Amino acid sequence: MHEEYGGVVPELASRDHIRRLIPLLERVLVEAACHRSDMAAIAYTSGPGLAGALLVGASFAEALAQTLNISALPVHHLEGHLLSPLLGKSPPEFPFIALLVSGGHTQLMRVAEVGEYELLGESLDDAAGEAFDKTAKLLGLGYPGGPALAALAMKGTAGRFKLPRPMLNSGDLAFSFSGLKTAVLTIVRSRSLDEADKADLAAEFQEAVAEVLATKAIAACRKHRLSRLVVAGGVGANLRLRERLDAAMAKFGGKVFYPELELCTDNGAMIAFCGAQRLLRGMVPESRGGAFAVRPRWPLNELAQAF
Amino acid sequence: MRLLAFETATRRLSVALWLDGELLQRSADMPNSGSEVLLPWTHELLAEAGISLQQLDGIAFGAGPGGFTGLRLACGVTQGLAWGLNIPVAPVSTLQALALAAGDGDTWAVLDARMNEVYAATYRVAGDGVTELTAPVCSPPAVLPAPTFSVGTAVGDGFAAYPELQQRAPGLTVCPDQWPTATAVARIGARIFANGGGVTAAEAQPVYVRDKVALTTAERLARGGVR
Repeated sequence: MHEEYGGVVPELASRDHIRRLIPLLERVLVEAACHRSDMAAIAYTSGPGLAGALLVGASFAEALAQTLNISALPVHHLEGHLLSPLLGKSPPEFPFIALLVSGGHTQLMRVAEVGEYELLGESLDDAAGEAFDKTAKLLGLGYPGGPALAALAMKGTAGRFKLPRPMLNSGDLAFSFSGLKTAVLTIVRSRSLDEADKADLAAEFQEAVAEVLATKAIAACRKHRLSRLVVAGGVGANLRLRERLDAAMAKFGGKVFYPELELCTDNGAMIAFCGAQRLLRGMVPESRGGAFAVRPRWPLNELAQAF
Repeated sequence: MRLLAFETATRRLSVALWLDGELLQRSADMPNSGSEVLLPWTHELLAEAGISLQQLDGIAFGAGPGGFTGLRLACGVTQGLAWGLNIPVAPVSTLQALALAAGDGDTWAVLDARMNEVYAATYRVAGDGVTELTAPVCSPPAVLPAPTFSVGTAVGDGFAAYPELQQRAPGLTVCPDQWPTATAVARIGARIFANGGGVTAAEAQPVYVRDKVALTTAERLARGGVR
């Protein structure tokens, strides 16, 4: 839907959400052979994200919870991503280091327990996924072009073009990706690129992102003496990133845990799982008589204060 | 018949409870905080009437046109309640609710749509019956067609935002400080249900009227924009 606009239009996304919510819910209940009265609580994303889209889920969930006399559980979108590898076949034990890479975030976190997250470092500008999408646009791959860029990179050779590895040796766990995109722009403007050139440039771009992400993720594990690394978010599906992370972690004597592929992108299952974990631990916010609020901006390290 | 009604298309938020013609209402001028009051007010009204959510027969909501976020707030809460209770929904035009507030006669209902435009429609009101004469449009006030009637009411904050509109229909009594209310939505909704109308929770959707909310890449390029 957003492709012809060259990006997500918040108003159109919100309109789409309120059309699809009930049909999707009814389908899920049929597939799960559940009745509405079987629900123990309703988890929903209350932030961070697009205010209009958040409000659709929040208003529906809060109202529905009132009719069933059950709790509505506001969930932090990133907490959903963080815990999504726990839904896999061989889930990691706590504590672990989490690398969260999506179109909106690039963060390293130390996860001690459900609800206990410490931010170790994050991108100072563009998120890794955003850099993928913007670079794809520069190479004429449309929107959202991240996966198309990764596919093109498979056909190319990294190293023929030289791109920087931003902040690789900064000594901390911060990232920066906007310069990488600018470096690609400079090359695109300086000469005309044939298909083979574009593939090589895509491969070099992907290599640069994967190298920085992998190096810093391992550095975080080393610093906190943890051998379990969890990777979540849409960019976590990138195969080259996975290769580099697996190799580096194996050398370090650790293991990388990924969510199932279909749980890498934004999904409701991870929010349901998050809500279930909180419900099991009695981490249920006090009811305010149905009053609710969404939080378009919500730093994850403020999560503890919500409960 | 017991109906709950919401109207949040403008800065004036309201919730009403209709009990066989008797009406209870909560309302306040509080843009951007509807999510804090809609359900708490609902519980207050139900407690006042001594009934529970489960005793409701239907829900009416102001479907628009109006502020997009407000429309979806009322719609989302309506969908959640109606789906959970398994009861029908009556989507009510916000402009009809505004016209009803003006009383009997022919009415030109105009709401400020921001961005130098208004939402407008004309109606004939008789009691709780509102007949649409011309359908809602979103238009710059300068090119908005004047109503065909010369006696009646001009209602809505569109006339406060664009006083020059009043000169287009000099015979009409202007009421720029009337608002669409949940009480009016409930009265219209009750008639919809009494006539066998109503939709499922999933079919309850906002009516935005303003549908052009972004330019496609092709349109931006055609206007000399960049990719």
